[in-house]
Amino acid sequence: MDATLTEVEKGRRPTTIPGLGRALRTEEMVISMGPQHPSTHGVLRLDIVVDGEIVADVIPRIGYLHRCFEKHCEHMANYQQVIPYVDRLDYVAAMSNEFGYVVAMEKMLKIQVPERVEYIRVIMAEFSRIVSHLIAIGTYGLDIGAWTPFLYCMRDREHVLDIFEETCGARLLYNYMWIGGLSHDVKPTFKDKVLEFCKYFRPNIKELNDLLSYNKIFIDRTASVGVLPGDVAVNFGVSGPVLRGSGVQWDIRKNDPYSIYNRFDFDIPFGKGEKGKVGDCWDRYMVRVHEMEQSVNIIEQAAKQLPEGDVQSAIPKRIRPEAGEIYMRTETPKGELGYYIISDGTASPFRIKVRPPCFVNLSALPAMCRGAMIADIIAILGSTDVVLGEVDR
Amino acid sequence: MIAQELYDLLKTTFSDGILEAKLDGVIDPWVSVAPDRILDVARFLRDDERTQFDLLTLLSGVDMTKGTLAAVYHLYSMKRNHKIVLKTFVPETHPHVQSVASIWRTADWQEREAFDMYGMIFDGHPDLRRILMPDDWDGHPLRKDYQVPEFYNGMKVPY
Repeated sequence: MDATLTEVEKGRRPTTIPGLGRALRTEEMVISMGPQHPSTHGVLRLDIVVDGEIVADVIPRIGYLHRCFEKHCEHMANYQQVIPYVDRLDYVAAMSNEFGYVVAMEKMLKIQVPERVEYIRVIMAEFSRIVSHLIAIGTYGLDIGAWTPFLYCMRDREHVLDIFEETCGARLLYNYMWIGGLSHDVKPTFKDKVLEFCKYFRPNIKELNDLLSYNKIFIDRTASVGVLPGDVAVNFGVSGPVLRGSGVQWDIRKNDPYSIYNRFDFDIPFGKGEKGKVGDCWDRYMVRVHEMEQSVNIIEQAAKQLPEGDVQSAIPKRIRPEAGEIYMRTETPKGELGYYIISDGTASPFRIKVRPPCFVNLSALPAMCRGAMIADIIAILGSTDVVLGEVDR
Repeated sequence: MIAQELYDLLKTTFSDGILEAKLDGVIDPWVSVAPDRILDVARFLRDDERTQFDLLTLLSGVDMTKGTLAAVYHLYSMKRNHKIVLKTFVPETHPHVQSVASIWRTADWQEREAFDMYGMIFDGHPDLRRILMPDDWDGHPLRKDYQVPEFYNGMKVPY
């Protein structure tokens, strides 16, 4: 095998407790965790091969939520009908999924959408990043044993969901972004509410840091745990905060810009190994916290520049792309979400393949877990922030 | 490197392994590779100083109809910031492709998915079994001629 290996896999780090040697090696045992375990964030089953307390291997068993998304798409009458299904991939950040799909379709159909639409989409996608990261951070604290930060995160999340609800009527699954436009224009009070939220939310990130991020117990549980080196991360194809946590400064919004992201001024946070090694659980966690700050920056800039216009002027009446194919990727809260769309010239899609970031990130889980303790698996799984709706499709 | 240069480089290195290409008039230019040369091509593309494709973004199976299946590799180089699409066409009756899981570890699960959904056999894969469907499922659901079974393990499948 000439693929990139982690330190444990190269055999440089022993998988038994140092000092005790191999004499205490016991027989390996398989423990099944899930599919209804509260810390697996959905229906995921892990077969954990343990040697005493040390994890020899982890075998993820997925597919419990498989609902034939790709097969359904091939049977749709037209391309617009796919959008509500796309919502249900990563159901905590539905706006980002729609964004990726409509951007891909517009590139395929060569549609230029109005400026106002672009700005509203960016605001919504960044809001959805904040919502997703709040859930990731809140439940991560919950996994490790911190109950209070979860409630704080849910409280802030409600404010964003209120803005979503006011705009399109739905709180979780929106069907808001359409090919060529939006289903509704925003309310006249939208801009003020957005700016008000930004003002309200910034101090709360600091509060969250004081509560959780720099908590001694939290750092002890997460620092230097589940280390994923940068070269292994790239070889595994992981993306989003998991990749950036490994010290790779890579963000599609900056490195391969789509929509109007090149107009905004923001940084790409990445793991620096502040509390332990680069690419540990704490780094992955902290990237999410910093990303929320950057998202607030983007939202503030976009809301201040929000132009006037009609949000439905570019929506095509009939969608029938030429025979051909496209692969378009966008940066969702979980990572690189790609749509590989093949058209055969008819009104219904020939093939829609989703590149789900969580699926790829989860495939790196065994490499991160090998050599860790059983309790660390909870911390490592939480830090990869998988949503099983997207893994299983 | 632009797609034309990459194609010329591949063509000079693997003359008979590169079958056809579509470089102009498409959004993503692609090069078609023989199914029994894909491992060599993948290793060359990852390791060569001029290409450095360190990231296999997406590996997908496609049913091209008319008895042909395809494995599509979307490659990207983070270091050199260029991309290329490789395609491998295999007949439905003998769907054998070389596995690239030893080059990019991300291919492990993505090849399993292509096997699960299209029944493509990736030779040399470390652990080729179903990933999303149950282990005892019959058939490969994303094939265009797939018929939904009436019963699964004696249970009636609704609709």
